[in-house]
Formats: sequence, C-alpha cells, structure tokens
Amino acid sequence: MKSSPTPSIWLKDIRKVYGATVALDGVTLELRPAEVHALLGENGAGKTTLMKTLFGLTQPDSGHIEVGGVATRLASPRHARAAGIGMVTQHFSLVKTMTVAENLALAEAGLVRVDLAKARSTAEDAPSRYGLEVPADALVAELPVALQQRVEILKALAAGCRYLILDEPTAVLGPKDVDSLLGVIERLRDQESMSIVLISHKMREVERVADRVSVLRRGAVVASTTAKGMTTKELVALMVGGDGGEPVARAATRAKDGAAVALALRGVSVKRVRGGLAEVSFEVREGEILGVAGVSGNGQSELVDVLSGTLRADSGQLEVAGSVIANATPSALLAAGVGMLGEDRHASAVHHLAVVENLVLDQLQSVTHLGHLNRGAMARRCEAAIKEFEIKATPDQHLGTLSGGNMQKVLLARLFGRAPRAAIVSQPTRGLDVASTRYVRSLIAGARDDGTAVVLVSEDLDEVLELADRVAVMYRGQVVGIVRATEVSREKLGEMMAGVSA
Amino acid sequence: MKPRFVLRADDPWWRGPALVALAALVTFVVTAALIRWSGGNPIAAFRYMFINPLQSRFGFTESILSATPLVFTGAAVAIAFRAGYWNIGAEGQLLAGTIGATWFGLHADSLPSVVAVPGILVAGAICGAAWSLVPALLRARLGIDEVVTTLLLNPVALLVITGLLNGPWRNSETGFPDSDVIAKSAMMPVVWPDTRVHLGLAFGVVVTLMCWWFVGRMTGGLKLRAVGLAPGAARIAGLHVERTLLSTAVVSGGIAGMGGASEIAGVAHQLTIGISSGFGYTGVIVATLAALSFVGSLVVALMLGIINVGSFSASRALSIPSTMGEVIQSVLLITVVAALVIQKYRIVWKRGDA
Amino acid sequence: MIDVIVDLVAATLRIGTPLLLAALGEIITERSGVLNLGIEGIMYSSAFSGIAAASYTGSLWIGLLVAVGTGLVAGFILAFLTVTLGVNQHVAGLGLTLFLISTSNTVNRILFTSEGGQARVDPWSSIGFGGPIFDQYVFTYGTLFVGAPLVWWIVWRSGFGLRVRAVGENPEAADVAGIQVARTRYQAILLGTVFMSLAGAFITLAYVGQFTINIINGRGWVAVALVIFGRWNVGRCIVGAAIFSLVNAGQLQLRLVPAFADIPFELLLALPFLAVIVGLAVSGRNVPYPGSYLKPYRRL
Repeated sequence: MKSSPTPSIWLKDIRKVYGATVALDGVTLELRPAEVHALLGENGAGKTTLMKTLFGLTQPDSGHIEVGGVATRLASPRHARAAGIGMVTQHFSLVKTMTVAENLALAEAGLVRVDLAKARSTAEDAPSRYGLEVPADALVAELPVALQQRVEILKALAAGCRYLILDEPTAVLGPKDVDSLLGVIERLRDQESMSIVLISHKMREVERVADRVSVLRRGAVVASTTAKGMTTKELVALMVGGDGGEPVARAATRAKDGAAVALALRGVSVKRVRGGLAEVSFEVREGEILGVAGVSGNGQSELVDVLSGTLRADSGQLEVAGSVIANATPSALLAAGVGMLGEDRHASAVHHLAVVENLVLDQLQSVTHLGHLNRGAMARRCEAAIKEFEIKATPDQHLGTLSGGNMQKVLLARLFGRAPRAAIVSQPTRGLDVASTRYVRSLIAGARDDGTAVVLVSEDLDEVLELADRVAVMYRGQVVGIVRATEVSREKLGEMMAGVSA
Repeated sequence: MKPRFVLRADDPWWRGPALVALAALVTFVVTAALIRWSGGNPIAAFRYMFINPLQSRFGFTESILSATPLVFTGAAVAIAFRAGYWNIGAEGQLLAGTIGATWFGLHADSLPSVVAVPGILVAGAICGAAWSLVPALLRARLGIDEVVTTLLLNPVALLVITGLLNGPWRNSETGFPDSDVIAKSAMMPVVWPDTRVHLGLAFGVVVTLMCWWFVGRMTGGLKLRAVGLAPGAARIAGLHVERTLLSTAVVSGGIAGMGGASEIAGVAHQLTIGISSGFGYTGVIVATLAALSFVGSLVVALMLGIINVGSFSASRALSIPSTMGEVIQSVLLITVVAALVIQKYRIVWKRGDA
Repeated sequence: MIDVIVDLVAATLRIGTPLLLAALGEIITERSGVLNLGIEGIMYSSAFSGIAAASYTGSLWIGLLVAVGTGLVAGFILAFLTVTLGVNQHVAGLGLTLFLISTSNTVNRILFTSEGGQARVDPWSSIGFGGPIFDQYVFTYGTLFVGAPLVWWIVWRSGFGLRVRAVGENPEAADVAGIQVARTRYQAILLGTVFMSLAGAFITLAYVGQFTINIINGRGWVAVALVIFGRWNVGRCIVGAAIFSLVNAGQLQLRLVPAFADIPFELLLALPFLAVIVGLAVSGRNVPYPGSYLKPYRRL
C-alpha cells in the first residue's frame, strides 16, 4: 500500500502580480504528506492564484517551489502531474459532452487507441480503493454535480498524484455528499498518505478533517497553525480576524427611519438544478445600505441578475417605489431608476469604446438631441465625472486600457452619476488596491447619504460591516436573516454565512 | 518551439500602416509568381494594374465606374460587421436589388426622370432589404447563425435572375437571356462628361457618408457599435441587442440592393446574368481592408476599382488572365488580416512547452 | 412511376456524394472548434487542380493526388490564419475561398482556355452493373460505406477524435489534460480538407469529366449548413445530405412532369437551397455548437 515516503512540498516566497494588483505577496507554505492542510481566506485573497502556481497553470513572478527539497519548475499542468500534483478546480475541467470513461482516458489517449478498458477498470476499482463510486459510461453532462466532482477527483488520483488540491469542493454539494467527500478525504490521507490541500469556507468541514490551517488575506499568509482541536468559533475568528466577540463600533448612520421603501423583492424564486433563489424577500429604504453577506455561491449572483433584469424570476415580484415592475428587463429597471454594478466589471464594460461613451451608455436618451449624440453634454458630464470620482483617465481613452480600479470608478460614476433611486452593487472592491478600495467604499457611503437605496452584495465581511445599515445573510438561495449591522457581531455573521444554525 | 502571443501594450501610429505595407509587399511577391507563370512580366503587369489607370482620364474614370458598386457593398458589409452581424449575403442582396430596379425600370416609361431615378434606387433598396429580412429574423428571433443563411441566399438570387431572364424577362427583340432596356427616364445621368461615370457614384458616396455620420455621431450609431463590440455589456446597459441586429441587417441589405440598382440604372441599363462580378463578396474585402471604417472603404473601393480596370488592360496588353485582379484582391485580404493580428500581438518564441 | 423513383434514388446518390464528403470533412474540422469557410474554395480548387493534373499526365490517380495536395496546402493556410494567428474565422475562410477560386480560374485560363482548350478527361465511370440504382461510382460507394463509417469511427472511437472533441468542447480542460490544442486543431483542419478535396475531385474526375467556371456553385456552403443541421453527427448529416440531394434530384424530375413544366426551372433549382434554410430554421434553435466554436485558444 505504501510506496516510498512522500516528500513535503514547500512554496517559498511566492509572488504574483497582475498589472497593478498584487495577487500573492511572498507566500510561504509547507504541504506535508498524510496531512490535510486547509487554506482559508475570502475571495480575492489569493488562494486560487496560489494553487494555480502549484498546478502549473500560471507562473510565479518570483519565489520557487520545492518538491522534496529540490526546486522544481512547474511549467504546465503536465509538469505538475509529473511531480505528483493533482487539482480539482471549482469549475471542473471535464468535457461535458463525453462520458466518464472518455474523460478519464483523455490524458493518455493515443492516436488510434483509446484505452477505455483501462479507464473503466479504474472506475471499477475506485470504490474499493478510494471509496469513490463513479458510473463509467455515463455522459458527464447528465451527472449530478457531486458525481462530476468525483470524476474530477478520480482523474487526479488515476494519474498517480500524491498531492491533491481541492478548491472549494463542498461549495456545490449537499450535506450527504459533503459527508461522503469528507470520508474520501480522510481515507486518502490515512490509507494513501496523501497530502491534501483543502480550500474551503465551510468551518464545520475544516474542523472535521483539517490537520493544519493557513489563512490568506490580500495575498499574504496571516496565520498558519495546527487545526486539531480547534472549534468552529476559533476557526471563524481566525478567518475573519479581529476579536470575535464584540460588535463592531460604527459611525451612526444617517438613514432616516421613516424613509420610503425604494426597492423591494417579494417572494422571488428562481428554480435551478443547483443554486437558484428560494422565496427571497426584503425591502431597502431610501438612504439605506442593505448589505448582502454570504459565502460565494449561495445565490448572490442570481439575486444580482434578477435585480438587474438579466435573469427572469420564476415567481415573486420586484417593486420599485411601491410599483410592481411587470417585465423586469434592464431597460425597464434603468427607466425605473435602478442601476447595477456587476461583480465582473469586464462584463459591463465595452472595452473598445471611450470612457466618455461608456459613461452614458445606459442613459443615452439624456444626451440625445434630434437623434444625435450631444457630444458637448457628454464631454461635460465626463469631465465632471472624472473630477468628482477622481478617475485617472482621459475622456477619449478606451475603457479597456484603464486599470481595474479606474474602470470600476467609471462604472460607479455611471451608476451614481444619475442619482438612482436604487443601486445594486456587487463585489465592488474585488481585485482593487487599498487606495481604490477605500475610495469606492466612501463613494457608496456617499450615495447612501444622498438618498440612494443601495444593495451591497459582498463576500468581504469587513466591507459589509463597514458600510451596511442592515445585513441580509444568504445561504443556499435563501435569506436566512436580516439584522441591524450595529446589533450583530462579526462572529455571529460568520456563523450564519457558514450555515451554522443560530 | 512554440510561438506565444502576447498582447501589445502600446499602439504607435506607424505600426498599422507599416504592417499593411508589409502585407502589400507579400501580396506582390505571391502574385508576381503567378503572373510570371502566365507568361507576363510582373513589373509590367503591376504597372498596368496600378499606375496605368491613373495615367489617363479614361483609365481613371473607368476605375471610378468599377468602384461604384463596391462603394455600396463595402458600406453595406461594414455597417453590418460593425454591429456584429456577419452579413456575407451582400451579393444576393445586391442581385435582389437589380431585380427590383429592373422591374421598376421596365415600367417607368411614363415617369419623369426626377421621379424615376430616385425611384429606381428605392426599388433596389427595398428588394435588397427584403432579401436580408429572412436571415435577419432567424438570427434575431431564433438565434440562428446568419453566416450560413445569408450565404445560401446568394446562389438563390442568381437563380431567380436566371429564371426571369430565361422566362418573362427574356429580351423581346433579340430573344437572348437579357432583359429589355429600361426606360430612358430611369437611366442615371452621366456626371462626368464623355465618360461613363454616373450619378450612382454620388448616391453611393452619400450613403456611405450617411453611414459614417450615423455610426459616428448619432445615438443609434453608438448603440450599434456597443452591440457589435460587447453585446453582453450592451444588454446590461439596457440596449436592445436583437432589435439593433435586425434593423442593421435590413439597412445593410438595402444599401447592397441600392448598389445593384445603381448598376442597372447607371451602366448596364438592362439585367443580365453576369450583372454582378462578385460585388457582394468583394464588399467583404473592401470592408475588411478598410478596417470597417466608412471613409476608408471609399478609398479601398477606389483602389480595387483601379486594380479591376488595370488587370483588364493588363490582360489585353500582356495576355495575363483578367482574373488576376481578383487574385490580388484576395491575397491582399489574407495578408492584411494576418498583418493586423501582428499589430495587436507580439510573437514571442518560447522554448519547449509553455 | 417506379422508373421515376428509381431515377430519383440513383440521382440522389450521385448528387449527394460530393456533398456528404465535404460535410464529413467539415464535421471533423468544426468538432475541434474551427469553422472552415474555405470549403467552397477548397472544393473548387481541388476540382480544378485534379482535372488539370489528370489532363496533363493522363492519369486520373495523379489527378486525385494533386487534388488532395491542393486541399492540404489550402488547409494549412487556413489553420495558420485561424489557429496560430487567431484571425476572425469568417473573414479568413471567405478570403481563402475567394483566393482559391480566383487562382483556379486564372490558372485555368493560363493552361487551358487561353488556347481555346478546356480541362477535360475521360472520367472514371460508374461500376457498370447493378441497374440504375446500384450503378454508381466507386466514389459513391466509398463515401457511403467507407468514408462515413471511417469519419464516425475517427470522431467517436479513436484517440485522435477524443482529443478533437475535447478541444472543441472545452480547450482549457484539454490543455489541462496535456493535449496540445493548437496541434490538434491543425490536424482536424487538414484531415477535413482531405475530404473536401475528394469531394471536389469527384465532381471533375468522375461525375462531369470537365472543368467549368462556377462548377461548385455554392455546394460548399450547403455542406456547412448540413453540418449545423446535422448537429455535427455523421448520421444526421447523411440524412441532411440525402434530403438536399433528393430535393435537387427531384427538381430535375419535376421538370419533366407536365403540370410543373410552367414553373421556371430556376425556381426549382433554388428549392434545395431554400430547403436547407427551412431545415435550419426548423431545427435551428439552441443548436449545440461545439463549446469553443469560433474561439481562438490562448493560454493566459
């Protein structure tokens, strides 16, 4: 069962910079055999980037990786696999239109022969050897997600990996599947002496299987200790930082209690095979920020899509200032005074149009005169926006050439420049540097002060707590609670987010 | 050793034109080989093709004449491509325009010129737009790829013309498969005395400039550009993507159809099976070489017109096949699009597997 | 009546051969995620180069070889433009088609028509027995009983086909699995052009025996449409090719029927094209395009 002892892998001083953003800031980490090493941190902290360097999908700008004390260059996934490293990513790298066996046989397929027999026998041995059951001849597209994940894992195992990276594997699983996956992880550690890196937000699971824990925040390791014996509370405290117990001191909000309801969702549901929304209802008043907290993948994206009109709800209603919006298309919502800043700024930006043109794209009627663009008005608006929002760009620059922070400012200028009745803002500071982050948050607070109702969807708990007046926590497509920001502790929120019942 | 493509960070003004010049050079080298094979002297041939037409008034005006339909199809293709609608059916739309124009022209005896001339163009435009409607609807409503549908309607249009010319529109005097001559009132006046350059050119230039004005200065034009560059972002901003595609497709067809009418009313004065020598497909070349700019397409259309006339005279003087001009145009297209990639990306040769 | 049906079936088989061959080639290519709009030009230039070579050397087999060689060169150009450079596939394909057609016409002028000649050969004849339906060309039998099953096997059973499908569906996953995406696409394109060349060569070397301008007349585009209609499956493409060819053969027959004699025969000639468009419209919604269709792949 056990071959030669598996050496440790050391990641030493790994640095990775994307343009102006520092994704990894000198990370040093050790992965030991027969150990489950949990990697915690919010989205954007650098966990996935770090693992990508380990799997050869990207190269660090400096620093190196040692396998058994020998500096090894992992230039591609093939090199990583040769070094015994396997990875199961969040978005599976499976070919959905092929069968399980074909996916397993893919890496070693020759010109003519496809060793499906070998793939099938791998699949047949899997239950007894690893505790994984996979149907060899089923089409991947028809498998439930939990099974697809098992195929991914088996793919890595079949290639003979000694180090297995699992990137948020339980994010897409139900409780029973989570249990069996954790069982598989334990088995791989104990019986196969594998070194497993588990990236996860789910505290319960980390508590159950992790031997050691490291926390990443903004590209740096802020803690790294043994996890054995730590309780969920202690783990949460480690991840969200600060001292868990006390409510965060905040400046008094200026939200008037008697303000009108600007935006409301009533019983909105979106049916999906996995994910979706279940009877979401909440109200947001003028001059208020409703923070939507939650671990990524619990319905926030669907919520934003419904609120921006790009996704039609299967049931429920959307109301703006008391009137129901019957046909919630983007243009209808914009006309009703509801604007959106999506989590992927590149999906909202037309890169090859100028800043001045992007700024007015959702309100063209206001700069149209006799069918013509009123370039003068557009230029004036652009100058004003550049000054007010401190955008480092010229009006005629293509939006795609701006830095992430400046692009975000342009989109925010577009959103808030029209003094909307309600604004949906999703992950506004993801991937931004410290200065831009601070600025964007002050912008959002300023819009609130001006009377806009803001829905702030963010995985950054700091951000939510700093800005929101009330916080709605989403878990599995439902709003599990709405609390006043001043009356809840960070730790309590973390628990709600992690699905720990009250 | 595998090449990696790295997006260039800078965009100096000289790189584009320099690469286009390089592409032209490669084109010359490639076609020179073919010219040599046909028994001609490449240098002499190129002189005929590019310089000769500019040396005589006749050559120049014939070039303009040859460029006239390309002005229309270049604009038609450019405006469609700008919106992200891959209209490869300009050929069929132009032919549909010739049908409409011929019908109008054959019945326009009693109309005064001032009505007949615009009328024939409108007839052509309407037919071209109608020819574009079905693929456009299939794309807008059902999301069916317009490349294939527009492409397939090209041979259909030619078949309709052949059917008409062998049937009801057969020449009443000669019995040959070309139509009767259209009414005098519908014929486009010549605008350059003692040449064949006709008013259609003016209409073509005006339509192209209108496209330029629309796309550059009007709100609808900004919408069109946004839809073509980033349909997802356009949708988020509240723009109606399908509606934009549909209207652009119809306009594109109309412009191509008008080009067909211009050929009938200005030059041919009757419908023949060979009325179009691939004007619609050449329109794709014009639009692409002009990098989808409208003013640029006027220049490129003229350039291709010169090449057309030049290769015709080269073929008579040097016994080089007259199809050489088309060869040059298509090689130029291929080399220029390749060169434009190099404008955006730097090629890095990496050792091994990276 | 029976005669009519028999003639119909026989004609369908003949007409469908080049169509199916070309579609088979396009299936392989598009399964890797690349649209080859050069298909019309490849069929055209292979048709010409094949018969030109055959006419000069007196050997039909050499002609066939030259035809395939021409197609491979054309395929390489397309692959370089679309896979290596990442040029827009519509423009690259169309440009290639225009280049191949104009070059073929030019060389035709140089070699043949300028001296008043024409590229003409004594073409392959059909097998010569079996009655009207079964008296087909070897090519036809080859396409139906060798070509189609071969392509099916290549795409669905071979290791190469597995790689092609992976690249066409999810190039990132293929990359991670160690597959060379660019090389696989090159191979798929080149293999596809072999079939397209055969389709063109069939028309001049077997069916017609001479080369005329506009000999392909849009059949390459029809093949592209058939591949979409056939959802990149060999079986469905055979059905689509059969339908198109049947309509095509049918209009030839319809002309002989007195009741239809008044309809201009060009309208009937247009019927097959219209049938394809209708077919696309009817089945066209939510067609499962290969995941990486039209997208150049660059590892970031």
